Amino acid sequence: MRVLALDTSTSAVQAALVDLDDDELFLTAFRREVNARGHVERLAPFIEGCLADAGRTRADVDAVVSGVGPGPFTGLRVGMVTAAAFADGAGIPVYGVCSLDGIGGNTRGRALAATDARRKEIYWAVYDDGRREGEPQVCRPSELPETRADYAIGEGASKYAGELPMDAETEPVYPDLVKLVELAAPRLLAGAPSERLTPLYLRRPDAQPAAAPPAASA
Amino acid sequence: MKNDSAGDNAPVVMGIETSCDETGVGIVRGHELLADAVASSVDEHARFGGVVPEVASRAHLEAMVPTVQRALDDAGLTLGDLDGIAVTAGPGLAGALMVGVGAAKAYSIATGVPLYGVNHLSAHIAVDTLENGPIPEPAIGLLVSGGHSSIMMVEDLAGKVTQLGASIDDAAGEAFDKVARLLGLPFPGGPYIDRAAKEGDRAFVQFPRGLTAAKDMERHRYDFSFSGLKTAVARWIEARRAEGEDVPVNDVAAAFQEAVCDVLTRKAILAAKEHGVETVLLGGGVAANSRLRALATERAEAAGLTLRYPRPKLCTDNGAMVAALGSHLVAAGVAPSRIDFPANSSMDVEVVSLANRL
Ligand SMILES: Nc1ncnc2c1ncn2[C@@H]1O[C@H](COP(=O)(O)OP(=O)(O)OP(=O)(O)O)[C@@H](O)[C@H]1O
Ligand SMILES: [Mg+2]
Repeated sequence: MRVLALDTSTSAVQAALVDLDDDELFLTAFRREVNARGHVERLAPFIEGCLADAGRTRADVDAVVSGVGPGPFTGLRVGMVTAAAFADGAGIPVYGVCSLDGIGGNTRGRALAATDARRKEIYWAVYDDGRREGEPQVCRPSELPETRADYAIGEGASKYAGELPMDAETEPVYPDLVKLVELAAPRLLAGAPSERLTPLYLRRPDAQPAAAPPAASA
Repeated sequence: MKNDSAGDNAPVVMGIETSCDETGVGIVRGHELLADAVASSVDEHARFGGVVPEVASRAHLEAMVPTVQRALDDAGLTLGDLDGIAVTAGPGLAGALMVGVGAAKAYSIATGVPLYGVNHLSAHIAVDTLENGPIPEPAIGLLVSGGHSSIMMVEDLAGKVTQLGASIDDAAGEAFDKVARLLGLPFPGGPYIDRAAKEGDRAFVQFPRGLTAAKDMERHRYDFSFSGLKTAVARWIEARRAEGEDVPVNDVAAAFQEAVCDVLTRKAILAAKEHGVETVLLGGGVAANSRLRALATERAEAAGLTLRYPRPKLCTDNGAMVAALGSHLVAAGVAPSRIDFPANSSMDVEVVSLANRL
């Protein structure tokens, strides 16, 4: 089956077409641009570009897989609403996968996968031979609890290499769309019901309540 | 290609609106309203006394696809029946706009239906076609909303809309909302002031009419100013409290509303007369105001002009207005937008659509 995979949880705007047959995965087309403010401009042309590169049309897509964060909210939402609307428009199912798993899922040993949460914080999770332990978290690099991770990887790791207690990869690594499809494969192959995608925000919205208005009489 | 935009083969267009706190999806066939689905996050903002952008954006993401499905159900159509998808590309809250623009692009790619990125403000004007049919051109549009107060010359709703004047400070709706807060009324304040004013005396105090003095009528003939009015109301309330007296909410609301509506209608009618235009139309959330509608009707009649306005529900943000503009663009043969258009939070009020720009 042919899967459209999207992730906009980091500064990389990413789209791919991935063929999934039994448990074989094959990347047929891929577009990426590191452009933290370009999600809404770049993503849709990337989808069209992937279809064109693969010599396919929209009617050839069987399912959509989307990273659901954590990630900076505005960009994250663009990818998720694109995935949900494309699936709805094409009448095909959509499935969500934690975006950090697209980084940590490819690691060996004990690794910290970290992305840039802005405001001097990182989104992170610990992986043991590629399997995530617990839920993703957000905090300052210096405030990480004891993770026993041997190294850190991801845009949050390269950016804050100097502040992390473990070795960090210096090249930014972004969620791997093939990995996201692999992680969704059981649902894809089983034809599981389409999902209502829920973003992993991990933070409450900033909202200062307005000062109470002065009382007045009628 | 010039379709008959009133007939059965008029363009069927879905409009998506997410510029503020309403997730709106409307569907029209020409001037006929087929569906107007709106999911609002207004209750989530009320306790903050204003729209919280991140709260609005989260609500848009949750509501987007279900609201599209609801609109299609209401219209008894499928996406395959559409001749176009229109979406608000701006102005508005950046993060909120991006949800609608992202969704519209994806629906367009997934279905092959052409996409139009349009101006929210032109849509506030275009929605009148759903109520009163085609707009005679040229027309003067009095665009009064939460973020804008402009007098627009509408020569061609498909592309030539010029601003003759605008507020130099607060928008009319913003003034309503701020004065409502001063009076202890809930957010958004416009409808509450409208209601309270019905029980009040609009001649109770004479609040200032901004930019109407002779010298202002030279430099700012078609412009507005409402921040001085708001300050005057605040001072009046303060003085009253300092004297230990109660503030008569209904009377203050009525007198404030009168000052706003007086200036808005006076200048809009003046613009029509001075430009030899016979039609004036009201658009935007404040166009729902009962006193504005009554006073504008009265003054238009006296001046021999035709006044038009949509029903109150279509004045505030909704998807139908975006669909109405989209349908007009399709009928006029305007080219669709390129798929890489951005969401533009400060989109120029004179840009009707991104169709012919890129
Ligand atoms: N009956 C009414 N009387 C006066 N003001 C009203 C009434 N109903 C709504 N409003 C005002 O209309 C405004 C909302 O209008 P609208 O939804 O068009 O604004 P917006 O979309 O936030 O701004 P913009 O269209 O400029 O981007 C609010 O300020 C609200 O108080
Ligand atoms: Mg509006």
